[in-house]
Amino acid sequence: MTAAQFREIRTWVERIAGLVAVVLLVTGPIGNWLFGSFWVNSILTQTLWLGIAATSLIFLSAYGGMVSLCQVSLYGISGLVLANAVTGPGTKGLHLHWAPWVGVVFAIGFTTVIGLLFGALASRSTGIYFLMLTLTLAVLANYFFGQVTTVSGFSGVGGIQDNTPSLIGNPNLEPNRLYYVALVVAAASYVLVRYITRTPFGIALQGIRDDPVRMASLGYNVPLHRMLAFAFAAFIASFAGVIFGWWNDTVNPGTINLSSVIALLVIAVIGSLYRLEGAWVGAFAYVYINNEVQYHNWSVPWLGGTFNTIIGVVFLVIVLLSPGGLLGIWESGTNWIYRLWISPPRLAPAGTGSTVPPPAEGREP
Amino acid sequence: MVPTTTVAPRWQVPARSVLARRMPLTITLVAAVFAIVWVLFWGWKTNYGPAIDDPTDFLYTTLDSITFAGLLFIVASGFTLIFGLMRAVNMAHGSFYLMGGYIAYDVEQKLAGTGGGFGLTSSQVSWWQWVVPAIVASAAMAGIGLVMQQGFLRWTQGQDIRQALITIAVSLILADQMIAHWGGLEQNIAFPNFVGTDKFIVIGGISYAWSRIFILLVAIGIGVLLWGWLHRTRIGMVIRAGVDDRQMVSALGVNVQLVFALAFIVGAALAGFGGAMGGSFAGLAPEVDGQWLLNALVVVIIGGMGSLGGAAVGAILYAFVSDFSAAYLPTSSGNCCTEYSVIFTFGLLAFVLALRPLGLFGRPA
Repeated sequence: MTAAQFREIRTWVERIAGLVAVVLLVTGPIGNWLFGSFWVNSILTQTLWLGIAATSLIFLSAYGGMVSLCQVSLYGISGLVLANAVTGPGTKGLHLHWAPWVGVVFAIGFTTVIGLLFGALASRSTGIYFLMLTLTLAVLANYFFGQVTTVSGFSGVGGIQDNTPSLIGNPNLEPNRLYYVALVVAAASYVLVRYITRTPFGIALQGIRDDPVRMASLGYNVPLHRMLAFAFAAFIASFAGVIFGWWNDTVNPGTINLSSVIALLVIAVIGSLYRLEGAWVGAFAYVYINNEVQYHNWSVPWLGGTFNTIIGVVFLVIVLLSPGGLLGIWESGTNWIYRLWISPPRLAPAGTGSTVPPPAEGREP
Repeated sequence: MVPTTTVAPRWQVPARSVLARRMPLTITLVAAVFAIVWVLFWGWKTNYGPAIDDPTDFLYTTLDSITFAGLLFIVASGFTLIFGLMRAVNMAHGSFYLMGGYIAYDVEQKLAGTGGGFGLTSSQVSWWQWVVPAIVASAAMAGIGLVMQQGFLRWTQGQDIRQALITIAVSLILADQMIAHWGGLEQNIAFPNFVGTDKFIVIGGISYAWSRIFILLVAIGIGVLLWGWLHRTRIGMVIRAGVDDRQMVSALGVNVQLVFALAFIVGAALAGFGGAMGGSFAGLAPEVDGQWLLNALVVVIIGGMGSLGGAAVGAILYAFVSDFSAAYLPTSSGNCCTEYSVIFTFGLLAFVLALRPLGLFGRPA
């Protein structure tokens, strides 16, 4: 069997696994009956919106070569704008009491504009500078909402669930409706990002990721592409913010603080920084482990500490051993099986090496 | 005869006026001049009023900014030293700060007792009961920093994003461990009695806390020592050469790994010492680590990564902007506008990056 055939088989295995995952997700409410009533609302819906947020991070990382740490702030901004726009009198913030769908459109539009602004600021730096700059923006956004009582203040804005569109109703009473909306939005985000990466813009962006100097000399406006990619990622992240607002009822600065920033990064890294599917794989792993640890009230023996120590160690091990995350382990694991049993190296034709893309830092000039 | 058409060469940049080309610089200068005029002469409806009407409060704000800049410099200099030499961003720097503070707190409690009903106060602490904990904290952080560098960073040299992720994982674990061991309540280290919080220096009718002057003097001392070490010793020379060209230094027969380890020890020790100092000044609590990571990041992004002078200038600029924007914004209409002070930090960052993407004193790697 040649390497190409092997890769094709692997792709089919992945497709079947994806199909199984989709079937399991569509029939998600059965889980409520199997595992307990928390399943849809606490595990699956949270996985879906965290996955959408992580998709925006992974899109920038995989196709733009930029690891952004302010996607959490962007979904937080989206959620807070939604909260300010749709809630009525009696809540904190501006309580504009707009129609729910108007609020959604406004939240998405506003977040995209902020993304354009952040992108303009960050697009001239790359690599580690970009990481630090976006982290700084994220923490500043968190402080901004903590201080400015006009739009949020320390306790944030609550009461979003009383002002959802009639399609969703009250997510507390009918979690399945919000869940299916989240599922459709997640699928749409995935398809949209896949589509964008195949457009001329997406191809140019990948060129810029691999060699910005060459792309600039070919006439591409490198900072503009980066800025637009950032705004597009903000657009995707704003969906997560809207669903988060509906799901959590309250958006406050505590939900977009440094711990949340790191949580989203952990999700993206555990899944895979280089593949979009990793967003939901990582989100599910994160949410599920968190839920189990809290339910059983586990703590780390000898050292002390709970979930953050456990997930921190998992994160550290994955970064050290497999920069491609869980999906990277799957890819390198199957490659290893191929080399060991199916086609030993001396028989393999040239170029059958790893199909894992090199890590982003390897692509940096 | 070949028909000729005149086409403007595409490489020619269309002529713009000097002001338009220097747009970021112009805006920065206008903003700076406006800020100075505002604080000195205008100051409409601010807490203190313009400086010509209320020179005492202006002086206090200035002194507060300078002394806060001292503490910022201590922490940020360690961060910038590590980054300049190894191109490694130590995202655990804030955790080292907080952990250093907690260790100093524990050691001080061992040496000086737990004090009376209000905890340990400065009058119960002699000078060595503060200095020994600070040194122990620095040494402990130097040890942890060395373990992290040798264990994780040494063999991932050159993969800067991966190194940042590793240090983020370490900071995640450390933060959870610190909550497990020191709890969530705020702890305070007591300053030694000769600079205790009740000691004031009085010059010309103006009294000022000795503790803040002490911080400033120590920061200046550390700055002078670091400068002397980097510019007047052989190791310092090697480090400066390593900042410019690591491979060349290594080719000349210098054991670069040893120099890296040394720089990491000093950088982490400075974070630990900063924690002992800052814990005496502003207390220790969970989330302080993130706050100080942000402080260090803002200072070095403004000043330029890897530059000691840049860290000093960045610390002064950041301290002045954050203190003055908190004190000299109008407070007239209820909740306007003091709460918007964080925007000014953001603005400072944006201005500096628009002018110089690598920071004021930054140089390309």
